[in-house]
Amino acid sequence: MTSSARTSGWISARQGQCLSLAEIPVIPSEGLADHLISARRRQGRLANLFGRRMNDGEVMLYAFVANDNEGEVYVCSSRLTRTNARPLQYQAITSHWPAAQAFEREIAEQYGVHPVGHPWLKPLRYHATDDGTPAPWGMFDPKKPIPGDYPFYRVEGEEVHEVAVGPVHAGVIEPGHFRFQCHGEEVLHLEIALGYQHRGAEPLLLHRNATRSAIVAETIAGDASIGHALAYCTALESLAGATLSMRTHAIRGIALELERLANHVGDLGALCNDVAFLPGASFLGRLRGEFLNLTLEICGNRFGRNLLRPGGVLFDIPKDLADRLRSRLEGLQYEVLQVLNMMFEQSSVLARFEGAGVLSEEQAEEIGLVGPAARASGCMRDVRHDFPHGVFRFSHIPIAMETTGDVYARAAVRWLEVQRSIEFLLELLGNIPDGITCKPLGPLCPNSMAFGLSETWRGEAMHVAFTDDNGKLAFVKAKDPSMHNWFGLALALRGAAISDFPLCNKSFNLSYAGHDL
Amino acid sequence: MLRILRTRIAQGHRTTTFPLELPVLPERYRGRPKIDASKCPEGCRLCEEACPTQAISLSGGLSLDLGKCLFCTACVDACPEGAIKYTTDFRLATSQRKDLVLTDGDLKLAERMRDELYRVIGRALRLREVCAGSCNACDLDTNVLNTVGWDLSRFGIQFVASPRHADGLLVTGPITRNMHHALMETYEAVPKPKIVIALGACAISGGPFADSPQVNNGVDATLPVDLYIPGCPPHPLTILDGLLRFIGRLPRATDER
Repeated sequence: MTSSARTSGWISARQGQCLSLAEIPVIPSEGLADHLISARRRQGRLANLFGRRMNDGEVMLYAFVANDNEGEVYVCSSRLTRTNARPLQYQAITSHWPAAQAFEREIAEQYGVHPVGHPWLKPLRYHATDDGTPAPWGMFDPKKPIPGDYPFYRVEGEEVHEVAVGPVHAGVIEPGHFRFQCHGEEVLHLEIALGYQHRGAEPLLLHRNATRSAIVAETIAGDASIGHALAYCTALESLAGATLSMRTHAIRGIALELERLANHVGDLGALCNDVAFLPGASFLGRLRGEFLNLTLEICGNRFGRNLLRPGGVLFDIPKDLADRLRSRLEGLQYEVLQVLNMMFEQSSVLARFEGAGVLSEEQAEEIGLVGPAARASGCMRDVRHDFPHGVFRFSHIPIAMETTGDVYARAAVRWLEVQRSIEFLLELLGNIPDGITCKPLGPLCPNSMAFGLSETWRGEAMHVAFTDDNGKLAFVKAKDPSMHNWFGLALALRGAAISDFPLCNKSFNLSYAGHDL
Repeated sequence: MLRILRTRIAQGHRTTTFPLELPVLPERYRGRPKIDASKCPEGCRLCEEACPTQAISLSGGLSLDLGKCLFCTACVDACPEGAIKYTTDFRLATSQRKDLVLTDGDLKLAERMRDELYRVIGRALRLREVCAGSCNACDLDTNVLNTVGWDLSRFGIQFVASPRHADGLLVTGPITRNMHHALMETYEAVPKPKIVIALGACAISGGPFADSPQVNNGVDATLPVDLYIPGCPPHPLTILDGLLRFIGRLPRATDER
């Protein structure tokens, strides 16, 4: 491993690199919290933290700390061993680094591991542990399957009231439960209880039918199919040591940016709707579909299903199609920017956006926020820039940044990204490099681990894949950016008016399915 | 204000002419598959083996269950004889689960709801959507019908906030264990007579999540379903076509191709 410089107790890795499991440093579980916290001090961002059940019943924890400036991901592990009859445990990281909160709850829920000292130890998705042992909060009771049955944090006092919303909402959206502690209009605290969408996606990523696994990766969060498929494919291709053609990378990049455009444009329209600016809402609502239709032209599905597969892409973009897409995109560029420029000059829109749902840079760093929401709070991070892979190694998209951390900033970042993604696409569609678009994946390297990162329109998705002695895929961990960002939405609501909730929620527009897996 | 008006004029009229005219879908769009069992070599099971959801069966002749089909390309790519092909026919909705099983013959598309239902809810259908584990794609392409491009309300169909105001449910997702209770409560809250629409492969059969211990394999294990709209996710045209058949609002001319 020439490319991986060791700092003590960590191994640094890049996308595309296949790590032998034996190379990953193992930290004693007593020292894990301190080890991670010292990495945080060196400008680390917690990109992932998860557990894996080993054959002997013990649990390995894997931590991924990203250094966005250096473009390195540092990996370490820790083995939790059973002493006497005590449940597996370790010192919680969350108490010193809140970014770990959801990840440690996930570990506790999946394996019955106790992160000792976790300040917010509650179920995350409501399911039994893998071996049927009790989670730290008790035994899972399948007769009580409602995630709404949850120990909510409560504010008490005269005139304090509680508002409960969900899981079935008013709109056509995914289920989740929001519990507000309010004093009049003011939200003192919002707690978000999810788990309704838990489908058991991760085990299906190991399905014996490879097409099935790839489709499950695409449906972890259906509006980020390309983003997740890209991270999944990258992880598997890295294990196989596969080299893809530039043409494949270009087509993947085109699909990823089209996905971003559809979602950003649609959400900006939905934001208009939430502030009752209906011209913006109706124009952008339609224009979102135009971008989906471009993806449909490429692969026969509006959400990009079946385009990416480990080893390449299943659909080529021949010259005539590229020209057609390009000319349609030019028309859309004019239309979309006309509407967005109009939208961002309406004082009625700006007055509602500005100062709503503020998340400071400090808060964003503390909780490990990613994606446009993080960039809106002044955190400079974008996988396409920091960990460039595929086409992004050659074509650079400038990072869109704002600093105010409010709904305006989150909308403005997306406005900028819309412009830059269109420019990127117009250039790329004009000269797609040559190459073979798909070749079968060779054997995977045994006893290894590799990961794929992608900047979905919501932020960083990460898939980590492990192989066994025989080079068979043994474990895949998927992370949607929502795993980081739901906490951000809860914090942004503190002190805000409850009537601003729909607006704030839309400005993040997080994935329930991606979180619940 | 002037800027808004200028933009409004530039945007123009954008509502689809469907169902009066049939839109042309791109060549690569994967609509209703067409199967030709006569091309199958003796003993060949390549498509059946390739299918990620066991939608294809060869026992008793080649058949393809559209309720399980994810409209991927695994079978088409696996078949050396070209016995399975996708067409751009977007009409897929059926009234009965068994009608989704495609053989050599034609698909028996959805019929108008029964007369006694039609009299009560047929001319102004109000739906409460329940997402019970969908990846969000089915929900998004349902939502699309409310945009100016489709203008669903011109057909008297509307999505409402409360199940108390609804005539039925439109359900997406494989019905996760954690949403089962909320789905049942929502169904109970809808006044009778009520209908249920299963939208997408997950709601019909569990889709890519079929047989996961965390899900029920679709809605009809727990509730009676009146309309099945297959796809992963179905195209908005497929959804609208299904809904219009269900309320008997599809002009006859549109149905002949």
